[in-house]
Amino acid sequence: MRRLAIKYHISHYQFDVLLLACMVSLLFFSITQVSDVVAEEPDRSIEVQHGAYLARVGNCMGCHTTKGGQPFAGGRRLSTSFGIFVTPNITSDKETGIGLWNQQDFWQALHQGKSSDGRSLYPAFPYTEYTKVTRQDANAIFAYLQSIPPISQSNPPNDIFFPYNLKPLLAIWRILYFKEGVYEPDQSRSDAWNRGAYLVQGLGHCNACHTTRNMLGASQDDTLAGGQIMGMNWYAPSLSSYQEAGSGDWAIEEIVELLTTGITKRAVASGPMATVIKQSLQYLSQEDINGMAIYLKSFTENEGGNTPGVRFLVMSGSLQKHLDFGGQLYEKHCQTCHGSDGKGVPGIYPALADNRSVMMSSPLNPIRSVLNGGYPPTTAGNPRPYGMPPFQQILRNEEVALVVSYIRNAWGNRSSLVTAVDVDRSKGRN
Amino acid sequence: MLRFILLASFCMTCVTSVYGGTPIAVPDTMAERVKACTICHGAEDKVGRDAYYPRIAGKPQGYLVNQLRNFRDGRRYYQPMAILLENMSDEYLYEIAQYFSSLRLPYPAPEQIPMQSEEIELAEHLIYVGYPGRNIPACSACHGDVLMGIEPAIPGLLGLPRAYITAQLGGWRNGGSMRGQVPDCMSEIAKQLTDAEVNAIAKWLANQSASGEPRPFSTLLPELVHRCSQNIMANGSKE
Repeated sequence: MRRLAIKYHISHYQFDVLLLACMVSLLFFSITQVSDVVAEEPDRSIEVQHGAYLARVGNCMGCHTTKGGQPFAGGRRLSTSFGIFVTPNITSDKETGIGLWNQQDFWQALHQGKSSDGRSLYPAFPYTEYTKVTRQDANAIFAYLQSIPPISQSNPPNDIFFPYNLKPLLAIWRILYFKEGVYEPDQSRSDAWNRGAYLVQGLGHCNACHTTRNMLGASQDDTLAGGQIMGMNWYAPSLSSYQEAGSGDWAIEEIVELLTTGITKRAVASGPMATVIKQSLQYLSQEDINGMAIYLKSFTENEGGNTPGVRFLVMSGSLQKHLDFGGQLYEKHCQTCHGSDGKGVPGIYPALADNRSVMMSSPLNPIRSVLNGGYPPTTAGNPRPYGMPPFQQILRNEEVALVVSYIRNAWGNRSSLVTAVDVDRSKGRN
Repeated sequence: MLRFILLASFCMTCVTSVYGGTPIAVPDTMAERVKACTICHGAEDKVGRDAYYPRIAGKPQGYLVNQLRNFRDGRRYYQPMAILLENMSDEYLYEIAQYFSSLRLPYPAPEQIPMQSEEIELAEHLIYVGYPGRNIPACSACHGDVLMGIEPAIPGLLGLPRAYITAQLGGWRNGGSMRGQVPDCMSEIAKQLTDAEVNAIAKWLANQSASGEPRPFSTLLPELVHRCSQNIMANGSKE
């Protein structure tokens, strides 16, 4: 039986956004140019257009633009436990941007993680993923970046903490964790699956967020197994687990709907994932987003899907009483929209009953949603979203803990309780 | 016949209830969509429950659009607003501004803060005359003769709590309200004011009852348009 009655939503399908850069290259173009003088003009404009699209897929703008700043002029500060990285200007400005780069320089950055002068780049620029991008796509992105008007904007240098600022350490890091190489299709899979894998693993750099990182900031695996996002107080759920955001039992159409509109009958994207959808995924071609959905679905397709959180704990009287306090707060502040049965309103207010992102072992995302509220991204498919009010100004930490504990354990939900300390830790840092 | 219709609709309601659990009717309105705003700014006829959430109903649309975009894009810094607006399009912000701007709701009773007559005199001089020698124009020159703002983007000054006005003037003075807008006329003016003057203005404004409408753009003096162009024009129109 299909699990029609089960409503859960994946709140934070964050592929991410944060770390992208797109640099340059000059390829064997010099040769092509000589022989293709006549055809060069139209080809060039097609390449630029294609590059603009690919830059959207990779969301280069997301990182290489500061809030309210000029697109691609950089200056965005990425705070990590290793220091503050400031994204560079990648417009065609010759002084402050990459106007003096050639295709080869760009390729070197994207594929090998090296700057035009040969220095190794810090992997805050996700070349660990971009290395999978083909030369042809890299060239197109470079052509596009060179076509946008130069913007003169000098950005401050990175501020990297000791000892991570020592170059030899970066060299060791690269040996340990960086594997150079363009994506190689899996011949046993369909073209659509391979297209999705190419985009998810490469330009989409979903793994920049949906992963657990080790002490040295290296991604622990490539199955998008989820983890707290570096430098952000958000948890990127696993895309390969039914307990979190695995989509094996979803229809392809619904995965596509979530990734392009930000909302479905049972899911809504929020936090950094909402940003990725707003800035990037909603613009993907039907074919590309379909491929992504097919690839993502395949992570959990054969697991059969078990209902998350079926560990029924025996509830002690005092525990029940504790949860009842949360229930009273729920009734007062949440019930009007999410309903007394926690079923919400499909496509408008997400269901909390049977909602995996409410019950994930990390309570970070539900706590943040209660504290900060938020709107799903505005997209062509959902241009006028309904929103969740912030409760930070109304509820004390203890009360937020009570209400989140309640929703994690009401209507058949089962998950760990949340404390006021958890709530306090969830504040700040976007 | 009427009875039949009522009966029929009652039955239909029951059917829905049986199959949908407790269905929530969500009105397809802006009021429903902006519940995330009104939780602090007050629904309908209320100002915020807290002095720091200003009334937004009835403010000029251009002013509201500017503020929404400034919050979203980091020019005006207030994290709760920035997070809320992060993934919203200009079009939707425009619509939200239009909604709040169109609300015509009664204003709260003015505060009753005791003021000495010299303090009242000082406030009224600043508000209606200004100190041209110190480069301080009258508040009314930009905010309208009835202090209810000027279309499309200058806000009114009445109907706001004293604590909010003091905090905003403080923000203008220390540069905390807005970042990176040059020239920033309101900041220049606020920096000229003494503590005593800020207090007098805030008390006096909070003591007035609000009435009247924002004035048309044509009532603004050309030199002030020029001086404050950044604040009053920058994003005022839909792009």
